[in-house]
Amino acid sequence: MNTLNQMKLSFLSRSANEGFARVAVAAFFAQLDPTVDEIADIKTAVSEAVTNCIVHGYAEKIGVVYIHAKILKDNIISVKIRDQGRGIEDVKQAMEPMFTTCKNGERAGLGFAVMQSFMDSVKVSSKPGKGTTVILKKKIASRENNAQ
Amino acid sequence: MAVRIEQEEHHIIAHLSGEIDHHSAKEMRETIDFSVESALPETLTLDFKDVTFMDSSGIGLVMGRYKLMQSMNGSVQVCNVSDHIRRVMRLAGLDKLAVIEK
Repeated sequence: MNTLNQMKLSFLSRSANEGFARVAVAAFFAQLDPTVDEIADIKTAVSEAVTNCIVHGYAEKIGVVYIHAKILKDNIISVKIRDQGRGIEDVKQAMEPMFTTCKNGERAGLGFAVMQSFMDSVKVSSKPGKGTTVILKKKIASRENNAQ
Repeated sequence: MAVRIEQEEHHIIAHLSGEIDHHSAKEMRETIDFSVESALPETLTLDFKDVTFMDSSGIGLVMGRYKLMQSMNGSVQVCNVSDHIRRVMRLAGLDKLAVIEK
């Protein structure tokens, strides 16, 4: 088993939960003793992914957002963020920097760019009508792995 | 209150505080736009000194205010940005759009 520790979280797609989600995930990974910068990176990437579920996945309706966070071997963390919303037609296009479906200009279209910049890997799978899953991974450079 | 507005002649300073995400950005945006649209300043300063977290919603917030000020031939300054927030802003090329001071 490559998974040393894990936690699951599910919550309604209300925007008030964006802060809760990123803080809860960051608190779980605190056992690895990450640096302040690493925590900020994780919080920012999780915030982007959760916001996508709320703004795009479920849009006008309220659904459930699922998070599965894992601590893997060699200080690698993995966060899966999943919704069962409307899905993405063209994942490649959605991941292009500055691409946005927002018309009033208040969303920058940089969610995936932020995730890619702050994490080591970002995997997105989606089916229109079925929902979207994002898997974020990052190696925590800090100290020895305390989770064993 | 997530935004405190300080108004001088031709100049508005919006002191932002707390966490900027999709949830909180809306209220911040409305507060800033209300004072800008009623005072019509020449410059708008967004002060990030007390901002503890920002995701790409903050980029949208700055970009939107930049467009608003530009429509009135005004300008936007961003100040007191932490290293992490600066990284998020750089991703968007905001450093080319608005003057970012340390």
